[in-house]
Amino acid sequence: MTKAVPGKKIFRWHIAVFLLPAVVVYSLIMVLPLFGTLQLSLYSEVDSKQIFVGLGNFMTLFGDPLWSGQFWNALINNIWLFIVHMCVQNPIGILLAALLSSPVLRFRGFYRGAIFVPTLLSFVIVGFVWKLILSPLWGVAPSLMDMVGLKSLFLPWLGKEAYALTALSLVSVWQFIGIPMMLIYAALLSIPDEILEAGECDGLTGLSAFWKIKLPLILPSIGIISILTFVGNFNAFDLIYVTQGALAGPNFATDILGTFMFRTFFGFQLQLGDTHMGATVASVMFLIILVGVCIYLFGIQTRLRRYQF
Amino acid sequence: MSVARRSISRSFATHLILGLYTIIALFPAFLIIINSFKTRKAIFRSPLSLPDSETFSLVGYQEVFRGGEFFFYFQNSLVVTVLSLFFVLLFGAMAAFALSEYRFRGNLFLGLFLALGIMIPIRLGTVAILKLMVATGLVNTLTALILVYVAQGIPLAVFILSEFMKQVSDDLKNAGRIDGLGEFTIFFQLVLPLIRPALATVAVFTMIPIWNDLWFPLLLANSEETKTVTLGAQQFIGQYVTNWNAVLAALSLAILPVLVLYLIFSKQLIRGITAGAVK
Repeated sequence: MTKAVPGKKIFRWHIAVFLLPAVVVYSLIMVLPLFGTLQLSLYSEVDSKQIFVGLGNFMTLFGDPLWSGQFWNALINNIWLFIVHMCVQNPIGILLAALLSSPVLRFRGFYRGAIFVPTLLSFVIVGFVWKLILSPLWGVAPSLMDMVGLKSLFLPWLGKEAYALTALSLVSVWQFIGIPMMLIYAALLSIPDEILEAGECDGLTGLSAFWKIKLPLILPSIGIISILTFVGNFNAFDLIYVTQGALAGPNFATDILGTFMFRTFFGFQLQLGDTHMGATVASVMFLIILVGVCIYLFGIQTRLRRYQF
Repeated sequence: MSVARRSISRSFATHLILGLYTIIALFPAFLIIINSFKTRKAIFRSPLSLPDSETFSLVGYQEVFRGGEFFFYFQNSLVVTVLSLFFVLLFGAMAAFALSEYRFRGNLFLGLFLALGIMIPIRLGTVAILKLMVATGLVNTLTALILVYVAQGIPLAVFILSEFMKQVSDDLKNAGRIDGLGEFTIFFQLVLPLIRPALATVAVFTMIPIWNDLWFPLLLANSEETKTVTLGAQQFIGQYVTNWNAVLAALSLAILPVLVLYLIFSKQLIRGITAGAVK
């Protein structure tokens, strides 16, 4: 930046002025703290003195029975959360987008707006609403199920260890389905009519047109929603915190990396907060997300063929 | 004729599926709002019925407003969201203009450096951010929240806005230069007004997570003076968990502002997305 493009030897101050505020705020508040957190994870505090322990904190996290049980539990729960999103949220999102983009559809704007509404609500509202609906006390879910004759299937899902995580994953799917729906919808709209008409001439209409023409063309968007889902899930915290509290009950059945990091950093009940172990958990989350993003950028995105219209 | 019939049944199926999903999407918010206007007894006896002359009651709203804190939290949220949004748009647009308009050494590197923040969540730096805020005495101030949200919003803003800035015609800018306009005038008076739709798209994407965020208010600014409406509602629910009228009223009030904003911006949002801003 200090050297001007050949031919113009003057330093162009305005470029620096344009860039400075964004780069400074971003570097100071985001990039430096991220590296600061990575660095903190390599230290430990003994007698209120920081000492360098290398990868010791990570060894403790993965190996020490006091920590590792909780860590692996949170990681496995987090993976399950991601699987539910990939298997439920994205297919339904694609289906809704495909229906919304059908050529003659009335009330399109209304449907699109309505499906996007849950995405706008805060976790506090979403968490509490679903807690109320699923509560056996209030009885909205049981009486709704009674209407279709399924009352016997009702269980207090959020209170059962076996079902709580799946139930909350589905609530999160309900909340975020608007994002894949919108992105896929935009991708479907950008497919030129000529291509679809050419397909029609070859006898491809309706469903076969979807599978053979549209789906291959929207694969890059599906890649993007997958990586967005991945990053969102491995960074999730709020929904679990507002419905089940920092302890992610029942019996840690809904504990994910976000809530685990919160407890480690701030402490809970009798355990004291630990800055360095908190930073260690954050660093592990950072590495998981980084690996996921790299797999996407170098493994998936470059292989997907992009079409220029 | 069979083709016509098939297309009718197909459109019926389309409306059926979309209609069903619309009900699923809207039902929870609807349930909260209708029950917030009912008496306590009616909330429990018949949660699914609309309030009528017998069961109508505003007791929940009265309780929420009694303390007056709710207005205060609302004001905090508004200040934080509006100021963060302003700086994200201003700084983001300036950086996007520099990156898309000028060729200089380090252009590509800076672009990638800023894009990194789209994928890596700022939350992971919380431990060090908290240390930084404690060291600078910014803990429990709205400034801390604004700084964090500006940093969080800049990457996506730069990314989307530079896509749009590339489409602004060079002839226009060069005509301005020939007329003797400075680079800053060109940016503020020629380019910015032309990318207003893109600014609206970025505004929506930036605003929603800021308004709804619980993590940073909880960790950086949880004092009574700096509580945002999201944090306030969460703690209100914790305190009044048995007072259903008040809780339902508080939730209805928290739903309202986002809905209004969405209705204002939704056209822009769709236009921005379909214009290829988010590829």
